[in-house]
Parts: sequence; C-alpha cells; structure tokens
Amino acid sequence: MKLPIYMDNHSTTPCDPRVVDAMLPYFTEKFGNSASRNHSFGWEAEEGVDQARKHIANLINADAKEIVFTSGATESDNLALKGVVEMYKEKGDHVITTSTEHRAVIDAAKSLEKKGVKVTYLPVDKAGRVDPDDVRNAITDKTILISIMLANNEIGTIHPIAEIGKIAKEKGVLFHCDATQGVGKIPVDVQQLGVDLMAFTAHKIYGPKGIGALYVRRKAPRVRLAPMIDGGGHERGMRSGTLPVPLVVGFGKAVELCAQEMPEESVRTMALRDRLQDGIMGALEEVYLNGHETERLPGNLNISFAYVEGEALLMGVKEIALSSGSACTSATLEPSYVLRALGVGSDLAHSSIRFGVGRFTTPEEVEYTIDRMIKAVNHLREMSPLYEMAKEGIDLKTVQWAVH
Amino acid sequence: MAYSEKVIDHYNNPRNMGSFKKDEEGVGTGIVGAPECGDVMKLQIKVEEDTIVDAKFKTFGCGSAIASSSLATEWLKGKTVDEAGQIKNTEIVQELNLPPVKIHCSVLAEDAIKAALNDYKKKADTEGETEEAATPA
Ligand SMILES: Cc1ncc(COP(=O)(O)O)c(C=O)c1O
Ligand code: FES
Repeated sequence: MKLPIYMDNHSTTPCDPRVVDAMLPYFTEKFGNSASRNHSFGWEAEEGVDQARKHIANLINADAKEIVFTSGATESDNLALKGVVEMYKEKGDHVITTSTEHRAVIDAAKSLEKKGVKVTYLPVDKAGRVDPDDVRNAITDKTILISIMLANNEIGTIHPIAEIGKIAKEKGVLFHCDATQGVGKIPVDVQQLGVDLMAFTAHKIYGPKGIGALYVRRKAPRVRLAPMIDGGGHERGMRSGTLPVPLVVGFGKAVELCAQEMPEESVRTMALRDRLQDGIMGALEEVYLNGHETERLPGNLNISFAYVEGEALLMGVKEIALSSGSACTSATLEPSYVLRALGVGSDLAHSSIRFGVGRFTTPEEVEYTIDRMIKAVNHLREMSPLYEMAKEGIDLKTVQWAVH
Repeated sequence: MAYSEKVIDHYNNPRNMGSFKKDEEGVGTGIVGAPECGDVMKLQIKVEEDTIVDAKFKTFGCGSAIASSSLATEWLKGKTVDEAGQIKNTEIVQELNLPPVKIHCSVLAEDAIKAALNDYKKKADTEGETEEAATPA
C-alpha cells in the first residue's frame, strides 16, 4: 500500500489511465479543430468529438444533439440558470432551488437575485432530502425554473428527482438538475427523471479537468437558452468557442468506462464504504452519520465525531486525503452550510469528516483509514475539554460559553 | 493548510496536556471559546508563592489552537503571575509561524491565560478574605 491515500473522490478523481491513452493522440497527430470542415485534420477531430458526444448521450439516455460541452459543471450550472432566466424572462421571474445546492447553483441564483429575480431556497429534511410537496407548493405562475441537485457533494444524499420531474412537467416549469456527483456513479436517465437540463463534469468520473456538459432537452419541451459566451456559434449557439478536443475525447472515454463498469463498481465501492462506516462507527462512541442512511451515493461517507474538531482530525491523519465541514478548513470560517441546513449543530458541523471512496480505493486503504481514524479521534478526545466535561456528566448545552 | 514543524510537534507531543482539580489550592482555571465556534480552550495554572509551578491545558480546536495552548503552558511554568500576564499572542504567532488565518487561535490562547490568571486572583482574594474572617480580631 502506498501513502498518501486518496479518499477525497467527491472533490475530484484521478484520470483513469485508459482515459489518458484515449486522449493522447488528440494532442499531437489528431490535433485538428473539430469545427474545420474542409480538411481531414478537422474531420478526424470531429469524429472524436462525435463519438464522445454519443457515449455521453447514451449514458444518460439523451440524444447526442442535446449535449452541450462546457468547461465543467460550474459553467453548466451557470448557463442553465442564467440562460433560462434570460431566455424566459417574459414568462416569469421566479426560480426554485434548495439550500444545500453546490455553490455553482447557489451563487448563480444569488447573482440572479441581484438582478431582480426571485429565488426560493427550499429547506431539506434531517437526511438532506427536499420534500417534493414543498416544490409543488412553491411553484407560482411566475416560476420559470426549478434547479435541484441529484446527489449532494458533501453528504451524498440523493433527492427524489423523478418525483420532482413529474411535478415540474405537470406545472409546465423547466427543471434543471445538477447531477455532477451522480452521473457515472448511479444510473441516470433524463427521460425517467423528467429533467430538462442537467449539468455534469468529467473530473468527478475519472476524466480530465476542464470539461463538462449541459444536457439541454430538444423535444417535449424544446428548451432554449440565452448563451453566456458569444462567438463562433459552436454547440448549437449555446456555448461558443473551439472545443478542447482531447478533453472531450477523454470525457467520452471516461463515460464509456463508467457505463461498462458501473454495475460492478457501485457494488464494490459501496461495500468498501460500508466497511469504512462500520469499522469507524463500531469502534467509537458518539459518532454520527450525516445524510441519508440508504438514499446515498455508493462511495459517500460523512461522519461527525463529537468533541473533536475536524481540521485537527485531518491533521492527525494527514497521510490520508479527506475533507471536513469544519470552519477551520474554510476560507469563510463558517462551518458547512449543507450540514447546518440538515439541522446539524455548529459543534457537530465543526466535527465532520467526508470520506469519498472511489474506483481506485483498495480494501487495505480502507482498513488503514479505519485504524488511523480511531487512533486520531481517541488522541484528540484525550485532549478535548468538551470530552472531559461530557464524561463528568456536564451537559454542554447548558454551559454559558463566551461565544465570540 | 501546511503546518509548521513546531505546530506538528505540539500536536503529536502535546506538552502538559491534562487537568488539575478546579478547587485545588492555588489553581486558576480559564475556559474560553465556544463549541459552536469550533474552539474551546481550557488552561490551568498552579501557583505557589506567586510563581506558576505547573500548567495544564485541554483544547478542542484546530492544530494551531492545540499548539498555541500547549506552547502557552510551557511558557507559563516558572513565571510569576505578573510576568504571565505579559504574554502576548503575537509572540505565540511568531514562535509557531502561524499564518494570518490562524492568528485567532493564538488570541484564544492569550485569552485563556488571562482568564486563568483572573480566576486564580479571584480565588486568592476570596481565600484571603475567608482566612481574615476566620481569625478572631
Ligand atoms: C454538485 C456539484 N456541482 C458542481 C460542481 C462543480 O464542478 P466543476 O468543478 O466541474 O466546475 C461540483 C464539484 O465540486 C459539484 O460537486
Ligand atoms: S480553532 Fe478554528 S482555526 Fe484554529
């Protein structure tokens, strides 16, 4: 087993070597511009792009023409929200989303609010799921877009997207889904889910960074978007700019591999994740699972370790790459807004760690991580005044803290 | 966040980690911070004849907070109560090479020192009073 161990697969994933192999020729021999119609260099590049587009469309049960390449999910989310609002502003000015979306959606919504758009941020339950009835009740005759993620990037909770899709269709409101964490990991079918727009990205599924896609429905209904980038009219005019062909080809290959390996891979990552969960939670008292017990991404595990602070914990296992919802690790010094939205207290939000099991995670790495986490938590609890007080029977909630 | 060697050393080998009984004679206890803020520091001193003969800490917080309080206990030992009151968070920042975002962890340590000293002084005063009262005039 090699150190350090990478267990932060929600943040990004390594490129699969098979993806890199597929990309390489497109840097050197097949370097053409896929928009060049008049020579074999262009045709060759175009062929690579077409094939990738087909693989990507197949994975989500869409048509190749419905795939718009972007620089990543952040751009896709921005294009979906801003493009729809701009295009349909005559129809209405109200957008519905949730309070636990990725910053790409939340901040795009915030920026629309500054321009006078009304945004409803729906709450989620303790497990992080939005109630479809809340979505239904929030719709007004001014609502033009619903944007709800498929699976949350911190807690892995999967939303009831198909149910929301039905409501959106019934009410004639467009439905965008940020499926960045779900595509390639769990089955995603845009018809079955009833989504009209969907964002995802290559680097979360063992593809390269800097390439993503926006699915834009062409039939029933035909979705139109105002572009954010003007230029040569690439991608049906919705996203101009010469396509980064090697990245597109890598994205296609990554998707092809996910489609082939998903049945086996999701079972394997889930078994490793379950072992990690049981190994840690079985050995330590006062550890709490954040998110949904079952409606959760196969590789996700988010736990709060009472009485220890997340960043200190990360420091104790620094040969394992993980992330924390603690304020100490964030630039804003605020603990995770996702955990806060679930009703997790600030103290436990500060104590949270996210584990992301992935394609290349091994059983040895999982066992090592369990062992190291237990030792580090015990080391820090030994040092924790809160643990000491709790052991003395003091209810920490009744203590008068000097909140600063 | 890349930690300095010294922070890592204090984290792995915390100095004077532990607790005194709060009501023990000559012990001053300072608890600062709040769980909701992600940091709580408990610092204790044991004073004999105006000199801090021992110090202990327990900290819930990041590595820099742990290191700041661990270092504080080292510095406190051997100082008089007045000298201890002079310890500045900037000295802790310098010694541990803390980056700007971690300065508040050192501020917390300075606050904990002050709180422990105040607690000691308050206890010493009331103990003095009760002693006086107990002695017949
Ligand atoms: C749910 C979600 N949406 C959007 C993004 C942004 O993706 P990208 O890095 O491709 O812009 C991420 C990645 O962190 C994500 O997890
Ligand atoms: S305790 Fe939060 S940054 Fe140090």
